[in-house]
Amino acid sequence: MAETSLSQLLPVEAIVTGIEAEDWRAAIRASGELLVADGATTPAYIDQMLAAVEEYGPYIVIAPGLALAHARPSAAVLRTGMSWAGLATPVEFGHPQNDPVELVIGLAAVDHDGHSGALSRLARMLGEPARLRALKDSRDPVAIHEMISEYEKSEA
Amino acid sequence: MKILAVCGMGIGTSVLLKSNAERAAQDLGLDADVEVADIGTARGAAAGADLVLTSAELAAELGDLPVRVTVIDNFVDAEEIRRALSEAVSG
Repeated sequence: MAETSLSQLLPVEAIVTGIEAEDWRAAIRASGELLVADGATTPAYIDQMLAAVEEYGPYIVIAPGLALAHARPSAAVLRTGMSWAGLATPVEFGHPQNDPVELVIGLAAVDHDGHSGALSRLARMLGEPARLRALKDSRDPVAIHEMISEYEKSEA
Repeated sequence: MKILAVCGMGIGTSVLLKSNAERAAQDLGLDADVEVADIGTARGAAAGADLVLTSAELAAELGDLPVRVTVIDNFVDAEEIRRALSEAVSG
């Protein structure tokens, strides 16, 4: 069975920009609320994402300015999905190299690899500094989703 | 070569590491097998590995291993992972 595409896992409804978050918890919560609203997880997943950082530290800040909020596959995950929470003001997560965070991608997965193609694609897209800058600066979820779909087509 | 990508939850950074490491191995013409483990099972899984890739916080958690551990700072930077592999092979 073919993997779900990135643009389907991350629908335009799950993309929000200009979010005011006073700290890293609020930032992660924002990305989690989008997953819940999209039907990918139950609210319990948000607590799991916060607990992960409390336990392991801010290892989820995977690149300068970029956090990947996520937790283990669990009963709180209804289906694999992603969210995009663009922050109005950068937030410190306590990561030694990659702070402050401007964009939190929320990720929920039902297993360990069904989403690997989509996530890798997102990483390739965000691995290009100029493109990452343009995406972070965008205040238009429709435009962001368009860029994601275009990128996906270009790789197909 | 056997590579182990270690992350906290098994679905995020490890997936990125695995996909970048496989690509890097291909680019470098290396015959590499990449496995993923979360921090709970990593010590056991590291037994058969030639190289462990992980983040700084988790490397500290893993502590001393008889295997080379390379810390990755930027998980969306394919170049950083390529360098880690190429150093592990030549080092």
